[in-house]
Amino acid sequence: MADVFVGYRSEFQDGSRKLVTNDRLEIGVFCVKDEFYAFLNSCPHQGGPVCQGRIMPRVEEHLSAEQKSIRMSFSEDEFHLVCPWHGYEFRFATGKHPGSDAYGLRRFETRVEEDKVYVRV
Amino acid sequence: MDDRISQPGFRDMGINGPLTSESDTRETLRHAAKYRDKMGFKDYFIVDLDTHHVETSSWNEIIEFVEDPILREEALSFKRKPDSRLGTVLYHANGGMFSQSVSGRIPHSNLSPGEPRDDKTVHPDVVPLRRAMDSFGIDRMIMFPNALLQIGTHPNIKIETNLAFAYAKFLTEVVLPGDPRLKTMALLPFSDPDACERMIEMYGDHPSVIGFSITSVRYSPVHDNKYMRIYRMLEERGLPLSFHAGFNWQDGYLRQLDKFITMHAISFVLCNMVHMANWVMHGLCERFPKLPVVWIESGLAYLPFMMQRLDNEYLMRQSEAPLLKKLPSEYIRDMYHCCQPMERTNMKLLQATFEAIDAENRLLYSSDWPHWDFDAPSIITDLAFVSEQGKRNILGENARRIYKKL
Repeated sequence: MADVFVGYRSEFQDGSRKLVTNDRLEIGVFCVKDEFYAFLNSCPHQGGPVCQGRIMPRVEEHLSAEQKSIRMSFSEDEFHLVCPWHGYEFRFATGKHPGSDAYGLRRFETRVEEDKVYVRV
Repeated sequence: MDDRISQPGFRDMGINGPLTSESDTRETLRHAAKYRDKMGFKDYFIVDLDTHHVETSSWNEIIEFVEDPILREEALSFKRKPDSRLGTVLYHANGGMFSQSVSGRIPHSNLSPGEPRDDKTVHPDVVPLRRAMDSFGIDRMIMFPNALLQIGTHPNIKIETNLAFAYAKFLTEVVLPGDPRLKTMALLPFSDPDACERMIEMYGDHPSVIGFSITSVRYSPVHDNKYMRIYRMLEERGLPLSFHAGFNWQDGYLRQLDKFITMHAISFVLCNMVHMANWVMHGLCERFPKLPVVWIESGLAYLPFMMQRLDNEYLMRQSEAPLLKKLPSEYIRDMYHCCQPMERTNMKLLQATFEAIDAENRLLYSSDWPHWDFDAPSIITDLAFVSEQGKRNILGENARRIYKKL
């Protein structure tokens, strides 16, 4: 295991990303709501470049006490990474598909130290 | 190289944002190209039986090929207005098409991709298809349209016929000459059997027209006697007949489905289920035993249902289908099926389906690129339960066996 320095924290805006590679692995590093996440750039579905997909807030549906569907909205707290090949979505917090834990991204630990962002590979 | 990256061997890829509808197909499919090289696809013969051409982006050219002078004038009158948005004039729209990208989450499926097409030696429509072929490692790509898949619901039969001929002429004269790997199965204007016969006469010998296709979104019982001459013509010429599924949000039952996901999931299967039921139970496999019939873009999960359902009822009501000499499932197994979108969330069910349809000898690879639910060739090569020869058959050799012009 080794820590790869991928950039300075101050370089990452909210919702920004950077992809790094050693030719064997492609890793996407994301800054979302002040947290850093790193995933392998390969979707478990068909190997698509998931780290080159859009970051979208989770869609939520709201029900009334009578179980009537009232409205849908975008979450303000939870964001997904969406594979651009087929739309598979993955939770940043867990790397798992929001509809099934059976589908998940390979995650890498991230570490921020003195404004430096590292990914453990 | 970003020298600030401390770990030896790691470098910044220079990718700081998502793919968009402006992205180059080669970048979107960069991972497919890596897989192509890893698997040695250059040693495979890969046929993609179903790729989509975004014909609406060339609509102003296509309508120039409309034969009927009155319809052509009507179409061109829109074009002449300097401030008019040409759109798909003459076309009978079917709502919901623009939901394909899931609100932009899947950028390559947008109908008007902004990809630069800087190769000026070929028609602009050839450029992204060529990039896709190269990226996937595809040797032959069979082109189908997008919007014209709903041509069978047009209220004006004359327009259906004219658009089918205009599109065939546009493809064969303008697009297909751009790359010898590109082929098509010409659309039959199925509401007009006489015009279908004329279409086969005109294009049956064209080297880039490898067969003919019925757009399945329509209300035309395929066993009607008025179609028998068409099937005979194709059988005599050794030209396969395909049924290309599509969605139909205007259908009475499907109008109850208010989400694209449910409409799409059911609609793309329902149309081919109806035509397949009529094809099998009216004995058309017996009447045209040498006509290869290909079912496109309904996936595979519906086939075990159709086989079991029709067999079960046939055994109780054989008198209603006296032309059959064997079980309906055996006729379904004798026909050819394109895999996409290949449902594979339950591999045991998929394996059983492969066995039921004799997939190693009857299944045909299709990508449906650039649509949102496309399948790369890896979906076949990654299957553990298929033999190496079976994978080669599915990816191209089965198609080469029945399509003589490949």
